Amino acid sequence: MSSWFHIMILIPFLFAIAVPYIYKQLTPRIHTGWFVLFIPVLIFVYLFAFIPQISKENTITATVPWIPAYNINFTTHIDGLSLIFGLLISGIGALVILYSIFYMSKHREALHNFYVYLLLFMGAMLGLVFSDNIVVLYVFWETTSVSSFLLIAYWYEREKSRYGAQKSMLITIFGGLAMLAGFIMLSMITDTYSIREMVSNAADIPSHSLFVPAMILILIGAFTKSAQFPFSIWLPDAMEAPTPISAYLHSATMVKAGIYLVARLTPIFGGAAEWFWLVSGVGIITLLYGSVNAVRQTDLKALLAYSTISQLGLIMSLLGLGSASLYYGVGNDSSVYAVAIFAAIFHLVNHSTFKGCLFMVVGIIDHETGTRDIRRLGGLMHLMPISFTLTVIGSFAMAGLPPFNGFLSKEMFFTAVLNVSNMSVFNADAIGLAIPVIAWIASVFTFVYSMILVFKTFRGKNKPEKLGRDVHEAPIGMLISPLVLGSLVMVIFFFPNVLSDYLLNPALHAVLPTLADAGELNVKISAWHGWNTELFMTLGVIGLGALLYIYLKKWYRIYHLYPDNFTLNNMYNLGLEKMESSSKFITERYMTGFLRDYLVYIFSFIILVVGGAMWLFDGFSFDPSSDAPANFFELGLMFAMIITAITVLFSKTRLTAIVAVGALGFLVSFFFVLFRAPDLALTQLVVETVTTALFLLCFYHLPQMKKEISRVRFKAVNAFISIGVGVLVTIVALAANGNRLFESISSFYENSYELAGAKNIVNAILVDFRGFDTMLEILVLTVAGLGVYTLIKLRPRRDRNEGAE
Amino acid sequence: MKEPNDVIIRSVTKVAVVIIFTFAINLFFSGHHYPGGGFIGGLAFASAIILLFLTFDIETVRKNIPVDFKVLAAVGVLIAVLTGVGAILFDAPFLTQTFGYFNLPIFRKTELATAVIFDIGVGLAVIGTSITIIMSIGDDR
Repeated sequence: MSSWFHIMILIPFLFAIAVPYIYKQLTPRIHTGWFVLFIPVLIFVYLFAFIPQISKENTITATVPWIPAYNINFTTHIDGLSLIFGLLISGIGALVILYSIFYMSKHREALHNFYVYLLLFMGAMLGLVFSDNIVVLYVFWETTSVSSFLLIAYWYEREKSRYGAQKSMLITIFGGLAMLAGFIMLSMITDTYSIREMVSNAADIPSHSLFVPAMILILIGAFTKSAQFPFSIWLPDAMEAPTPISAYLHSATMVKAGIYLVARLTPIFGGAAEWFWLVSGVGIITLLYGSVNAVRQTDLKALLAYSTISQLGLIMSLLGLGSASLYYGVGNDSSVYAVAIFAAIFHLVNHSTFKGCLFMVVGIIDHETGTRDIRRLGGLMHLMPISFTLTVIGSFAMAGLPPFNGFLSKEMFFTAVLNVSNMSVFNADAIGLAIPVIAWIASVFTFVYSMILVFKTFRGKNKPEKLGRDVHEAPIGMLISPLVLGSLVMVIFFFPNVLSDYLLNPALHAVLPTLADAGELNVKISAWHGWNTELFMTLGVIGLGALLYIYLKKWYRIYHLYPDNFTLNNMYNLGLEKMESSSKFITERYMTGFLRDYLVYIFSFIILVVGGAMWLFDGFSFDPSSDAPANFFELGLMFAMIITAITVLFSKTRLTAIVAVGALGFLVSFFFVLFRAPDLALTQLVVETVTTALFLLCFYHLPQMKKEISRVRFKAVNAFISIGVGVLVTIVALAANGNRLFESISSFYENSYELAGAKNIVNAILVDFRGFDTMLEILVLTVAGLGVYTLIKLRPRRDRNEGAE
Repeated sequence: MKEPNDVIIRSVTKVAVVIIFTFAINLFFSGHHYPGGGFIGGLAFASAIILLFLTFDIETVRKNIPVDFKVLAAVGVLIAVLTGVGAILFDAPFLTQTFGYFNLPIFRKTELATAVIFDIGVGLAVIGTSITIIMSIGDDR
């Protein structure tokens, strides 16, 4: 069974190979999506079968070795948290693919690209949530970033798509690299790559000096991925992707990878004050930032993007607040805060349902009317009644109104922030009071933009003259997916405890294992819990929100007060521009195009580094005692070599120089013969022959050698560097002979006949013992050859014409 | 420009190239037990082709040896990598080489080693790359 689970993760990758062939054979008869649809459905059913086991608090672990020498193995771990994510990825994946079959035209679009990227993402995301090994997790993490990049740039002929793709790539990969550094630190602290082993040793980790750096670096990774402030700017630009992708990657799954990581690592970092403040602080700022900015958007997808940012901030802050429960250890206090974690997971599921639904409906509107601009839309209620109903369900859930699932998790969110204001640890006095206030204000704005989404689009006057086409309801195939999600929104409201018993509580226990072992965690969800503060907060949100919506025109101008120059986007663009221009500036300083300059850089660097190292580590020690005496042949060869070398220096023509250099090389090979190294001698002979021929060919293109008239300083630098390198290499060679730090390893290779069946040790080393080196060497060689070919043969045609003139 | 009188080099080359080719192949196969091997064999082979380039012009040689040397280099690398992958199929780490002794009809007891296949890859990559470089530089006039 263990291998089956790995195969499930790999199936999307494997099937992606087949997609282009299917596309080529069957387009335009059958939409490629129908074949792809099988994969997520299969995975969903397979994962669904795990629910009974997981709900009984069992976890399943399976390992397939990958790089066992470094303890890096593909270990999968299924518990409540990863199962929820797995079900979301495959379930929403299936719905999105079904939706895309109707959204993406099989006649016009490059569907093979689309589905290959989509499957790539799906596999990577599944691998991410089920990996126990952090190195494997990192690999999958970056794969999701890459596939997201490809999908955003799907319509690559549009400039905005390319811009958005580059932005998301730069930001998320930057975060991913920071996270990798954090992971490495974490593995240095705990001496393991397994998350479960880290969790079981969690008690010893906070005292380590790398604890806080590792935490911050990992959080940067999580924040960039989950579009937290100030890294959130990539998400609105990612909306250039086709709408099914926005629904899938940029609202339901990929952006939740950061949330997943934070939840997964809560048992390790939770309970520390830095973690608490960073996660909940950034989360709550993101919540406010996203909701305030969503109101000013006129593009429906941009509005949803900002609302996604805001909702992600909400979930993130809940995880931060809930981490306080680990500070208290086992007890009544802790279970109060553990509710926040529960609410985070609950809201995560809810958000995926209602936001996925909303994105799909916006896609339908875009598809049917040809625009997503709120200013051009209106009065669509009668034309698109089903879409309208779905929008109402989604938006009201987002605003936190009953009878939709968002209400339940929003109430729990209010409970969590109210608990913080009573908290006495982490110096939470003053700021602790501010958190509920910020949360409430953000909720008011959430209400406002939810209303904008519903009423500006569907009510008001129909503006057919601005659309220029007949608008009607979408085909039923397109409506199935949002209908499924919309009905889930309702079902979860009425039967939340089914979800809670089977999935949410096991997930909660996975996040807080120590508390779960004490048996104090079992959260029940109830829609009605009396006239408490939370309910009054919701009522306040509705009241003030409705007022703000009605008088939107009156106060909308405050958005124009904020200067455009200070937006994060502007800073990003400016930063990118400055980075480009300054790197160009620096590059142009030293890339002179003059070959001699480059040689000067290279050789003076060698003198500096090697000579410096010799000097620093006192490497100048010579031990001639074990040297053999030089005999007549060797002395003769040496003098011959010196003579040829000097000939090169004083030769008047290039041909003389080339011949002299060749002669020098052949003389060196005689040395190899004298020292009984026939392999080396042979190699040297052949290499020398080929390079001399090569020189002669190059020589053909070079101008006649002129007597160079140059300044004394120029020559002095040349002389200094060349003599310096010569002296240095001689010293290094002599010193290397005098020092012996380690035992010789040559004895191992002496048994080459027994080990490799080869009597020639040199060749056995090349092809067997150090085969990896050889393989990479010939790869480098080939790449270099292709490089020469491209440089010479594939120059732009313009250059060639100029050269001919 | 006057046609150069190169009868001698042409005549010598025709014979010498055959000898060098034979020697190169010998070098290649003897590499397992005696001096030689894929790298040296490949380079010797390449030097014979270079001799052809120098004697006759590139166009003639290209017509008579219709091989794309870029592809040859890539094939060489591919062979080398695939022998490594082959080891994985037998549940051994990547690039594990093995050898055995077999009784073949004519050669009697013969040692067959997977390292030779790897070496073929090395040889082809070396031939392909060196000829690619020399052809690109030599052809650019």
